[in-house]
Amino acid sequence: MFEIDRWAEIFQSIRKNKLRTFLGAFTVALGIFIFTVLFGMGNGLKNTFKEFFEDDATNTVVVYSGRTTKAYKGFKEGRRIQFKTEDYELLKDKLGSRIEYITPRVFRGVNARYKREAGSYTVRGVNQDDQYLEKTIVEEGRYIDQKDIKNKSRVVVIGRMVKKDLFKDQEALGQFLQMNGINYKIIGVFSDAGGDNEERTICAPYSTLQLIYKNSDDINQINLSFNKEIGVNGAKQMVREINSMLREKYAVERTDKGGIRIRSVFDDYEQNMQFANLLQFIVLWIGIGTLFAGAISIGNIMVFVVKERTKELGIRKALGATPGSIVGLILQEAILITSIAGYAGLLIAVFALSRMGDSLKDYFITNPEVSTSTIVSATIILIIVGAIAGFIPARRAAKIKPVVAMRED
Amino acid sequence: MIKIENLHKSYPIGKDSLHVLKGLDLTIEEGEFVSIMGSSGSGKSTLLNIVGLLDVHDEGNYYLNGQLIKDLNEKKAAMLRNKFLGFVFQSFNLISYKTALENVALPLYYKGLGRKERSKIALEYLEKVGLKEWAEHLPNELSGGQKQRVAIARALVTQPKVVLADEPTGALDSTTTDSVMDLLKEINDEGMTVFVITHEEEVAAQTKRIVRLRDGIITSDELTKKAKAV
Repeated sequence: MFEIDRWAEIFQSIRKNKLRTFLGAFTVALGIFIFTVLFGMGNGLKNTFKEFFEDDATNTVVVYSGRTTKAYKGFKEGRRIQFKTEDYELLKDKLGSRIEYITPRVFRGVNARYKREAGSYTVRGVNQDDQYLEKTIVEEGRYIDQKDIKNKSRVVVIGRMVKKDLFKDQEALGQFLQMNGINYKIIGVFSDAGGDNEERTICAPYSTLQLIYKNSDDINQINLSFNKEIGVNGAKQMVREINSMLREKYAVERTDKGGIRIRSVFDDYEQNMQFANLLQFIVLWIGIGTLFAGAISIGNIMVFVVKERTKELGIRKALGATPGSIVGLILQEAILITSIAGYAGLLIAVFALSRMGDSLKDYFITNPEVSTSTIVSATIILIIVGAIAGFIPARRAAKIKPVVAMRED
Repeated sequence: MIKIENLHKSYPIGKDSLHVLKGLDLTIEEGEFVSIMGSSGSGKSTLLNIVGLLDVHDEGNYYLNGQLIKDLNEKKAAMLRNKFLGFVFQSFNLISYKTALENVALPLYYKGLGRKERSKIALEYLEKVGLKEWAEHLPNELSGGQKQRVAIARALVTQPKVVLADEPTGALDSTTTDSVMDLLKEINDEGMTVFVITHEEEVAAQTKRIVRLRDGIITSDELTKKAKAV
């Protein structure tokens, strides 16, 4: 394998057959280039997905109530479950440090008016934690605080679009907004990455809304976020605890899909994992497909090379070349060319991918890259493929009788 | 040197088989200059291939240099070819991308000689065939006669026991034919066994013994005038 003379023969054959060598090398390099770029793009897709996932995958858990769908413990089905402030306090109490933020939410549709401008908006009754749960950005003034809740103050924080609608370019802070005939002092203006809809919301202390509307302690839902330190399993466990706690309290059957509903990142988790797996699968198949195509083209080139050299190989055999030395000659040349050309293709592709960077982000490709382990295994696969692709025709060539081979022209 | 007893060879053609050699008996002593004459289809090329270990026979015995040739594997055959036999072909069969010198040196590579030694010996043999100045030329820069002389040098370079020439002048004009035959004669005079296959009477006439082959059977085997003259 490592005798100098055979290498000399191979280098001479390469040097004297430049076109053949170039064609073979080019095919291999192109194959590997495409493989690597596609693989990198696949990884880029996955990166984008990951980013989406991580961005979206907040640690928020939302607890809703609704009508039951199953009769349970003497209650008929279709019973409406109504959360109270005490439920929020119960969760806050029981879950302790496992939760980061927690807020009750009370929703009301209102007609808001400032001087001559008016519009219909949703008022969201919340506590001070809502700002963090909703990732609200306070642009002017301040957000609702604990004192507002305690005092049931008539204050509101309005979305940027509410201000735009009702105040145009005027100062809104400190003004009074009339909602269903009652005046509230504007203490802040917020913006939100969630868009216009979110910014057309008015936030108020939940206790104020409870007082003004019906003077009850009803709440519509509870939003909370779990402490990331408890991990995925801890969070799943916590969601299960909330579920069983509330179901027990309100006598909702365990499998009832109505009554109490909890939405968390884990609902989408399975689906997201499936999507990630599908992507990985596609990327894998692109990779295998390209490598397979590459292998076929290397095989093609090798068949062509052997065919072209049949006569020469016959002459060599007549002069005393053993079949082993013929196979070795062809194989070593094939491996040499595939390794060098493949490696070149790989380097160019890696370079191209690094130049690409995030420029294809609009096409959902983020930071396309291939890992070192992929590069190493691709190179090894390539050499093996080159060896196999070279071996079959080489062995056939070695088996041809020299008389037959020399008759070829 | 070469001893053949009751040699048979058939080629399968579909379900039938073509019986090409039908029981040949032939003995060639060391130092002989023999030509096998016959028209195409007479089986002369088949005979050469079997003698040259490029093909195997079906029946009978073949002794090369006293060794019974039987059940040879490819590797063994390659070694015997390299050691005992030198080939000269009608179409020269030089490797086109190798220089004359490298072509001549190739059998020595398969014999396992070092690079410098190969070049040295190859150059000696090129000198012997009068082509020393052409050593660095590629085959397509040589004339037909020159190519065949390179091929002869290549056949001789391993100092074989027998030189097998398959229509060595088939692709040459009459003048170069003579010069190539003169070269073969010269080699024979130095004691080499030379085995020529031809269908040309003039070529055969320059050897010392003519074996005529027809439909796979030897029809005559006689010494030429030249042999008698010596």
